[in-house]
Amino acid sequence: MKRLPLRWGMVALLPPLLAAAPAFAADAAPPKIDTGDTAWMLTSTALVLMMTIPGLALFYAGMVRKKNILATLMQSFAITCIVTIVWAVAGYSLAFTAGNAYIGDLSRFMLNGIAAHIKDGADTGFLLGAGGAGALPQTIPETVFMMFQMTFAIITPALIAGAFADRMKFSALCIFMTLWSLLVYSPVAHWVWAPTGWIAGLGVLDFAGGTVVHINAGIAGLMCALVLGKRVGYGNDNMAPYNLAYSVIGASLLWVGWFGFNAGSAVGSNGRAGMAMAVTQIATAAAALAWMFAEWVAKGKPSVLGAASGAVAGLVAITPASGFVLPGASIIIGVAAGVICFWSATSLKHMMGYDDSLDAFGVHCVGGIVGALLTGVFAFAPLGGTAGSLHQLAIQAIGVISTLGWSGVMTLVILMITKALVGLRVNEDEEREGLDLVLHGEQVF
Amino acid sequence: MKLIMAIIKPFKLDDVREALTPLGVQGLTVSEVKGFGRQKGQTEIYRGAEYHVSFLPKIKIEVVVPTDLADSVIEAISKAAHTGKIGDGKIFVLDIERAMRIRTGELDAAAL
Repeated sequence: MKRLPLRWGMVALLPPLLAAAPAFAADAAPPKIDTGDTAWMLTSTALVLMMTIPGLALFYAGMVRKKNILATLMQSFAITCIVTIVWAVAGYSLAFTAGNAYIGDLSRFMLNGIAAHIKDGADTGFLLGAGGAGALPQTIPETVFMMFQMTFAIITPALIAGAFADRMKFSALCIFMTLWSLLVYSPVAHWVWAPTGWIAGLGVLDFAGGTVVHINAGIAGLMCALVLGKRVGYGNDNMAPYNLAYSVIGASLLWVGWFGFNAGSAVGSNGRAGMAMAVTQIATAAAALAWMFAEWVAKGKPSVLGAASGAVAGLVAITPASGFVLPGASIIIGVAAGVICFWSATSLKHMMGYDDSLDAFGVHCVGGIVGALLTGVFAFAPLGGTAGSLHQLAIQAIGVISTLGWSGVMTLVILMITKALVGLRVNEDEEREGLDLVLHGEQVF
Repeated sequence: MKLIMAIIKPFKLDDVREALTPLGVQGLTVSEVKGFGRQKGQTEIYRGAEYHVSFLPKIKIEVVVPTDLADSVIEAISKAAHTGKIGDGKIFVLDIERAMRIRTGELDAAAL
């Protein structure tokens, strides 16, 4: 979503929340469609949806025990459906309309007005953040932009589910994810990606969602793991993954889909998308190798799950940086992410004693922080308009800390609300029996 | 008649089958099983979490033969399944009272 330099200030702090849909005619004629841009963004949208279903669904399902495989697949699948509706009703409006620096308005409530400027077959672009400061002309239809962003809104809460795998009630998941999407995802996306957003105004660089998606979901996952507590039998029972082949297939689908995620975030079919794709591939390979070798040295064997996890860590870390950095830097970012996430998922977690079951925090939050900070170091000005510097590193840190703070606190609040409404965990007997049978009345294999 | 039940390493199954055919063994039953003996189990590590798996995958062969053939079958299995390393498995021999081929109704030795 990052276009060129982000120099709009914090303007229009508190316009009425229900501002009328801005009339295009008053501003200017809508920008023209670029068919190449539109074609790539349609493709990217499909690729990013594939990351969640079936990519993430399989990645996670392969790591749980046999009795929880269907329930884990269902989490990603249900979140896809829930967030689609939430996004269409209010999420998109709150994230991407002008509003103020902290939240959008409701001018796109129920996607109202998304067709306002359409005539003669709808081949017009739109102004992102129309009516606010720094509105950005887009060369794709707003429907495509809304759909592309929807797929990001879907995968972010789905990532959280890795932290509370094997023990959350399905009813609790439905309520938690609805509230989280509206109260955490939409505001943070607005801060970082809407032209009026306050973090964007500071000049924080986040090309494809290091803060908005990965740090955001990762810290929420840690809060879930802490509040829900460990799985029954954690540390004693055998919780070995039932079918890691699923996880490898899932990680591979994530990898391929991530080209839509990162190169798609150029919102255009152009050189910046090409560079984003190149660094995504290179950083991912570097991170997979780094995790693999680190594990080989530390534990004696290069595990398949380790290589797949390393690839995901690299994808996460290059996410904010893609579109800002060059291939050389992407190798450094990948190696750093591979080694650091290996440590956080295999050592830090056991040292601290929380049960982040599938390492939503250890891979996504930690990898996201590595990537967000290193973006500030390695940004290449001719590509993204901002050069890496100590100053930029400090700005990146503000983005990281703000996201950690808001997401961490709001996740706790939402967990408390959900707990009061339906409770969070299945009981101990149900957990031992397995979520597939208890929650869904079905079994796999 | 004797039932010869052998627990062997999975990758030795083909060797055993090839060793038995020349002896005139007409059929046998194979199952994938898990268990432990002196080999105990193995340790698996997933993202730093270590699990000791006490049951290892093995193959169980069941073959019923005329009593006079039993010794040579036992010897053939023990030779074919042998690696000399721990975990090679075991052979058990049981008496069989009766046998019948369902298709024809043939009994005992004729049914084997």
